[in-house]
Amino acid sequence: MAPEIEKFIGPRVPTDELKAHRMRYIIPTLLFVAAAVLLIISIQRPWWRLKLNAPQYPAGLYVTAYVNRMTGDIAEIDGLNHYIGMRPLAEAAVLEQSISVFGIVALAMLILAATFVHSKWAALLTLPALLLPVFFLADLQFWLANFGLNLDPNAALSSSVDPFIPPVLWKGEIAQFSTVPRLLSGFWLSLWASGLILAGLFFHRRAYKPLVEAQHTQGSS
Amino acid sequence: MRRWIVLVLLLMAAAAIFVACSDEEPEPTATPVPAPVQASGGGGLPDDLLAVANARGLTPQDIRAALKTYVPSGKKDEYYLFSSGGQSGNVVVIGVPSMRILKQIAVFTPEAWQGYGYGEVGTEAVLDGGNVDTTTIRMGDTHHPALSETNGEYDGQFLFINDKASARVAVIDLRDFETKQIVKDPNLISNHGSSFVPPNTEYVIQASQYATPLGWEYAPISEYKEKYRGLITLYKFDREKGRIDLANSFSIEIPPYWQDLCDAGKLVSDGWAFCNSFNTEMATGGIESGNPPFEAGVSQRDTDYLHIFNWRKAAEVAAQAGKTEVINGMRVIRIPTAVEEGILYLAPEPKSPHGADVTPDGKYITVAGKLDPHVTIYSFDKIMKAIEAKNWTTDDFGIPVLDFDAVMLTQVELGLGPLHTQYDDKGNAYTSLFLDSAVAKWSLGGDDPAGYKLLEKLPVQYNIGHISAAEGDTVSPDGQYLVALNKWAVDRFLSVGPLKPQNEQLLDIGSDQMSVLYDMPMGIGEPHYAQMIKADKIKAWEVYPEVGWDPLTQAPSEFAVKPGEERIERDGNNVTIYMTAVRSHLTPEHVTLKQGDNVTWHITNIETAPDATHGFDIGGQNISLSIEPGETATFQFTANHSGTYAYYCTEFCSALHLEMMGYMMVAPEEAN
Repeated sequence: MAPEIEKFIGPRVPTDELKAHRMRYIIPTLLFVAAAVLLIISIQRPWWRLKLNAPQYPAGLYVTAYVNRMTGDIAEIDGLNHYIGMRPLAEAAVLEQSISVFGIVALAMLILAATFVHSKWAALLTLPALLLPVFFLADLQFWLANFGLNLDPNAALSSSVDPFIPPVLWKGEIAQFSTVPRLLSGFWLSLWASGLILAGLFFHRRAYKPLVEAQHTQGSS
Repeated sequence: MRRWIVLVLLLMAAAAIFVACSDEEPEPTATPVPAPVQASGGGGLPDDLLAVANARGLTPQDIRAALKTYVPSGKKDEYYLFSSGGQSGNVVVIGVPSMRILKQIAVFTPEAWQGYGYGEVGTEAVLDGGNVDTTTIRMGDTHHPALSETNGEYDGQFLFINDKASARVAVIDLRDFETKQIVKDPNLISNHGSSFVPPNTEYVIQASQYATPLGWEYAPISEYKEKYRGLITLYKFDREKGRIDLANSFSIEIPPYWQDLCDAGKLVSDGWAFCNSFNTEMATGGIESGNPPFEAGVSQRDTDYLHIFNWRKAAEVAAQAGKTEVINGMRVIRIPTAVEEGILYLAPEPKSPHGADVTPDGKYITVAGKLDPHVTIYSFDKIMKAIEAKNWTTDDFGIPVLDFDAVMLTQVELGLGPLHTQYDDKGNAYTSLFLDSAVAKWSLGGDDPAGYKLLEKLPVQYNIGHISAAEGDTVSPDGQYLVALNKWAVDRFLSVGPLKPQNEQLLDIGSDQMSVLYDMPMGIGEPHYAQMIKADKIKAWEVYPEVGWDPLTQAPSEFAVKPGEERIERDGNNVTIYMTAVRSHLTPEHVTLKQGDNVTWHITNIETAPDATHGFDIGGQNISLSIEPGETATFQFTANHSGTYAYYCTEFCSALHLEMMGYMMVAPEEAN
């Protein structure tokens, strides 16, 4: 094996050591696997929902975001949005939605790969998954702002409704509507996954750092 | 180490639980359980009534509303509400505060119960008065009823209502609540700002909505600005005859700005009238060709024009030789003449407003913004001064556009989608807010801009359009009640399928705080505007004044039949039947005809007792008459098919109602 690869994947655990401290090495693996599983489940779950409240919609209007699609009262919301010149929701985050399933599976695979990497490079492999919740929120806020700020100036209500940014995490107001966002299980799963990754990295470091240092000492001596 | 495993498992279990139950929407907060209604001191509700209230889940507020609206058996309402019936083409009469429907008045659409448009020649003639070119029109889209006025007060004599679809106006006589006349504007195909009347109902005024070339001639849309025009038509009303006098009516040409609602001035502003507009952009649409759709195109400019016109001056000018052009039989004052004679002015108004409503004192005009959260109050005095001072620019048609700041008194921010304004007796105004689904109450301040203030907003359910306060557009509004004409009911009533009734909602405006008193489903058509008149102003007949009455002419009928004079007259193929109806027989009871006979059939209801109405139907003839006590009704048909037919009274008039029938026998041709 090339020394670079060897350095990347880090030292293997000696059999005696593994027998002596099995749990020490299993725990980070377990945590990483759990994180990967949660991420995979999150694909199927809704991540975020926006409820629009207005007098004439006593039951409210909803749009629910999955990583690869939006569901809910899209047609009605698009119909309303055309009065203020907002683009149809289907035009939002098209790239993100199209690659999300593949992307999240890839992130999960990277986490799983990290279980075989006993060096600090494991942290790098899990980093994308770790940051996924933040990326999701940032991307969503980007699109909300992009849609709210780019209103067609020729729309009927354009002089009554100024461009606006619907907040991704808290309540907003636009015309007679209030917008109430809510984070859903998909997001929380990804956040749990991030937590598990962090915990996994902690135990990973505790398990393998001594080995890496031992190897280093050996190598240099 | 084991504890870590436990921790991880716990975390995963927690996550699993989270996933399993977190995505459902929380149940909407349940309606607060009404506090048990308690008798206060010694003067509260008796226990059995408390039990009813509690069993039905009524709150004290519900009980208050019930007490304010319930009209016990045998008692009568305080007000009549005359509500447009929208696409039903009729008018709906409602009692306030009970919100009970008293009657539908058939106007533009045949209605069998009233025997309107099912063979009865008088009603057919009324309906035919509204035919367009060679097309028989039997539908209408009624929008804005207007009660006749005397000195700016409703006088309870006549009701006028427009048909937006074909630019027609109808006259209803409130002595018998029947439609007497439909007139078709010969130059317009669409109206809206109609009907409205000046304080003494000299005219019934109508403004166009969608501009077309006059007489709806063909012209490509590319010639919109050159050829398309609007009109304000002043139908001369002959109160004596109870008819619009087309020969003495005239129109004022106006630009194709899509005029909307209008109101006549009163007291100081009598002689003038005011109309909004919403397409001063002169947008021509064409979404299918990639052009901005109308909804966007007509909403581009920040201001449209309030049309201010001197109808009294216009009437003088129209009477002068050479000042008008006769188009399709109607005198039209062309724009240059209107400008030259000082008949027509414009003033900028916040874009695409809906209502222009003159205050009870006639000194101010409230324009409701629709796409602007304000109402804008114009001062009539300032308008007159600006005209005097020639403080204007001109529009593309050379019409003076008065300086906005010179004529505008103040603006009040009310909320989203202000549409229409009414007034009360305490110096307040009420404006519907469409987008907010609310009614805003605000104070009028006279000449002091600071006196105009938003006081209160009350949510209504839902999408409110017009409002109608008790005599709320007269010189002396009554306050007390206001009806919100809501476009959507959504969840307010038992479901009756996808087409839901509109919700006419009664509001209490007589107390310090507005409140909703009652939801009335309008399952007949979409009401637009309504007018509410004190009940004692209506002097409706209980029965027709004389037996043998012709309701069309409101005079004794030449075809009236007296008892004992019933007969069948034959003149060749023409057969005339003179019939009477009384409980419980129709005379004659045998009518023998020959196939091919042209039949004219007069029936007089010789009853004089209130409610002793007889109906009349012949199977297979599509005839339906309502012959009210004293009325003489006539229908005509050709006996095309031989056979034996039963005719009968369709009103359950007495115990022997079923026996009130007769046979019409049509002998076949070959037997002749």
